Amino acid sequence: MDLVCPAGNLPSLKAAVDNGANAVYFGFKDDTNARHFAGLNFTPAKMQQGIDYARRRGVKIYLALNTYPQPHGWERWQSAVERAAELQVDALIAADMGVLEYAATHHPDLNLHLSVQGSATNYEALRFYHEHFGVRRAVVPRVLSISQVRHLVEHSPIEIEVFGFGSLCVMVEGRCILSSYATGQSPNTFGACSPASHVEWRETEQGLETRLGGVLIERTGSGENAGYPTLCKGRFSVGGHTYHAIEEPTSLNTLELLPELQASGIAAIKIEGRQRSPVYVAQVAKVWRAALDACTRDPENYRPRQEWMAELGKVSEGAQTTLGAYARPWQ
Amino acid sequence: MPDPGNNQLNSMTNKPIRLSLGPLLYYWSRDQVFDFYTQMLDLPLDIVYLGETICAKRTQLRTDDWIELAERFAANGKQVVLSTLALLEAESELIRLRRLCANGRFLVEANDVGAIHLLEGQPFVAGHSVNIYNGRTLDMLARQGLKRWVFPLELSAETLAEMQDERPTGVETEVFAFGRLPLAYSARCFTARAHKLPKDDCQYRCLDYPDGLALTTQDEIRFLVLNGIQTQSARSINLIRELPRMRELGVDVVRISPQSNHMQSVVETFSSVLRDETDPQQAAERLETLVPTGTCDGYWHGGAGMASTHMPAAPAPG
Repeated sequence: MDLVCPAGNLPSLKAAVDNGANAVYFGFKDDTNARHFAGLNFTPAKMQQGIDYARRRGVKIYLALNTYPQPHGWERWQSAVERAAELQVDALIAADMGVLEYAATHHPDLNLHLSVQGSATNYEALRFYHEHFGVRRAVVPRVLSISQVRHLVEHSPIEIEVFGFGSLCVMVEGRCILSSYATGQSPNTFGACSPASHVEWRETEQGLETRLGGVLIERTGSGENAGYPTLCKGRFSVGGHTYHAIEEPTSLNTLELLPELQASGIAAIKIEGRQRSPVYVAQVAKVWRAALDACTRDPENYRPRQEWMAELGKVSEGAQTTLGAYARPWQ
Repeated sequence: MPDPGNNQLNSMTNKPIRLSLGPLLYYWSRDQVFDFYTQMLDLPLDIVYLGETICAKRTQLRTDDWIELAERFAANGKQVVLSTLALLEAESELIRLRRLCANGRFLVEANDVGAIHLLEGQPFVAGHSVNIYNGRTLDMLARQGLKRWVFPLELSAETLAEMQDERPTGVETEVFAFGRLPLAYSARCFTARAHKLPKDDCQYRCLDYPDGLALTTQDEIRFLVLNGIQTQSARSINLIRELPRMRELGVDVVRISPQSNHMQSVVETFSSVLRDETDPQQAAERLETLVPTGTCDGYWHGGAGMASTHMPAAPAPG
């Protein structure tokens, strides 16, 4: 299994490469990718530097072009495909059928991966993307149980990449518009969920309030940590109870499932977090490299080591981790 | 009420907009479902979408029951479309999907790309959970047999205008114009979670919430609605005021989404505006009184979906 690590900027890319990534993924500095955050991503010059750095060390580079262009923005996506082809990236990660078709038609040598934003959860969908666009790998949404993953791999015409660690979407990626409902901007249209430009923090008599698009997402008492107000991770009231009605602030961590993922024939494990620091990337890549190596050497006796779990716990959202949809109880 | 103003839809050169009833998104008892559709049978609807699109565990009606209902609507002169699940994970769900796609009699609405794969080469409809954000995608799907598409919920009238310019011939455009907005799907069942039940043993709690389970913010604003694995807006989208604009844009079909109460009035109100018998503004005000938690139209105007151009910007009070 390959280890695919996030690179939000050049220092993160180097951190990923130096700590054992087999591939790094990044995006251009605009809304053509799903981490369209201020200060993040690559200018053309930095991108060339990053590519050279990775190539010299035998690490592959994937370009994320995984948002959905509307007619007025089409040219930006088209030119991004052109630049990806010029840069000879090892894979273009795309979601939109128009983008995939353009790339497949104009650059048949460009290796295409279906982004998680493409929202393919079943092998009939994978067959569609494979037959029409020659897609060779798909990153699947974080909604499948481990047995569903196994079944998917068995019937899929293409390689499967799954998320192993990082912030967790509880919704099927690519088909969640909660963010634009509150702010007008979503991952599909803008490349960001719960965008920072729509966040307000306010100290009130009832506690610290965090709002998104004016909607109260969280209210924390003294001593409680106030996390970033990602819409689905807020505390709301349902039936008279106030709780994390959709999802707790938590990170996915599948370290303990590695032997099962390996046995199921997964091609690659993806680490989330292009918006995170180079320190995060270094720490997470290092732990996952060690774990993957241990699992490959001796899958039967593989156990996640305490220090790995502790290290990952430190960089997790809300300092908690979950097996997510891979484990039935979570669902 | 007849209105001599400038909202005379039929006076325009384009063909009349047809009215569709979207698939029932909630889980109602078998009797309630049959009663509802019996009531709908004689209403001025042109197209009816039938079938379970949210959760495979909802089996008050089986595929055969939906097909029986489909036959009744077809016999009454309506176009029937069988709708399919939006989130397909298990093999059992694919087996049921294959049966629907191969029904050989009724048009099918694909709500996932997996369904499109099974429908290739025959005419099909793409629902709003298939991402069609540009003309190239529309064109690509038209080559596979796409006959009608539902405009993505989060896009604006401006984008619709661009898409209409790029639309391939022979493809109809449908706009979701009324009802609580489907915003997200998950592996997790939020209704079961609200009852501290595992999804595997949900005890069919969705049956208790005919319009979904309300989720409010800590300052008591009704914000969302939990509908099993689906999350919806608390506010209902109401685009009845925009029907004249939709006519100008060449929209073929407007969709209204079922709710548990007042559905007959909703259908009649839309139909009346489409026949130029009611002023859209008056109709919009009437619809305000028929929805569970206020209305919104922000997406249409290029803003936050929950915004309402005719009400205060903040979400409706709880």
